[in-house]
Amino acid sequence: MRLLCRICYKMEKNHNILPELYTSFFKIGILTFGGGLAMLPMLKRELVDSKNWITEEEILDMYAIGQCTPGIIAVNTATFVGYKKKGFIGGVISTLGMISPSIVIICLIASVLRRFIDLPVVLHAFAGIRVAVCAMMLQTVVTMAKKGIKDRLGIFLFLAGFLIASFTPVPLAAIVIASACIGILAKRREGVKS
Amino acid sequence: MIFFRLFIEFFKIGLFAVGGGMATLPFLMDLANSYDWYTVRELTNMVAISQSTPGPVGVNMATYAGYNAAGVLGAVIATLGLVTPALFIIVIIAKFLADFSEDKRVQGAFYGIRPTVAALIAYAVWELIKISFSITDAHHLKSIDYLSVILCLALFAVMQHKRCRKLHPLVWIVIGAVLGILFKL
Repeated sequence: MRLLCRICYKMEKNHNILPELYTSFFKIGILTFGGGLAMLPMLKRELVDSKNWITEEEILDMYAIGQCTPGIIAVNTATFVGYKKKGFIGGVISTLGMISPSIVIICLIASVLRRFIDLPVVLHAFAGIRVAVCAMMLQTVVTMAKKGIKDRLGIFLFLAGFLIASFTPVPLAAIVIASACIGILAKRREGVKS
Repeated sequence: MIFFRLFIEFFKIGLFAVGGGMATLPFLMDLANSYDWYTVRELTNMVAISQSTPGPVGVNMATYAGYNAAGVLGAVIATLGLVTPALFIIVIIAKFLADFSEDKRVQGAFYGIRPTVAALIAYAVWELIKISFSITDAHHLKSIDYLSVILCLALFAVMQHKRCRKLHPLVWIVIGAVLGILFKL
């Protein structure tokens, strides 16, 4: 009898956590604009305060890892939490929860927009929006450059990356890999010197 | 087979775009040039909408690009392609490497990657600007839309102000739309 209870309890536990992971990350996905660091307060409220799944320090650790692995930082964090809670399948479910709102919302907007894109007002509005986006993107470049370029090697890599991407057909992925190798070599030489 | 192509292309983006949503922009730019899924001009609209709707920007842009290429199913496939590499990488890191971000080689790699990612984004933004501000088709620049350039620089200048720096992207996008209608851009 006790064994049966235990199995039931275990099954219940197993059954509960996956939908819960999905809905939690669905909620986080739908309530945050912008992703990245803008997501931090939402993640903390949902995962630390309300669910008690992880601690605040763990979130910061995950952020550090999410920033230095390929992919979208918010999605990486979701995968990480899901994996910690329920293994690989937990990671998959959390990731799906995170991307579901985007798929629904973007498809809706895109299909509506298709119908109105030829109206003059909408065309003018989008021409103006493009201007705003360009200004914002310039801002992003400035911020990223400030954060990423720390020394002479940084300046060199920035200029080289920009020129190679603009004027040669070298694939972007190759540029990323090459810069990673240069970074590793530079750090190693530094280590040998000191 | 467009769905297969979509998955592969976005898988590649997920594998090589390091450092968050905007890092996918240069790769999306390349896709615009090598496939007829969307134009560079449409890409700017996609960026605007992705920034002003809920969800991570990178995911939104992939979804939008996939939708433009092949409808709702395309959106799903592109997004899944984007997140698949990270899924495996994160699981491997979580399982085997406790101090991944402390590792000397990882730190070295990111020491090199960070300025490069900034450079690739700069490249993508430069392309966006070239095409957004030229009156004509994508390839032959005939004249420059000076009014747009001036408005863009003005907005950029306003953004440098301390109080404006933390404003949500949506605010700027609404301002842009209003300016566009007022000036008939």
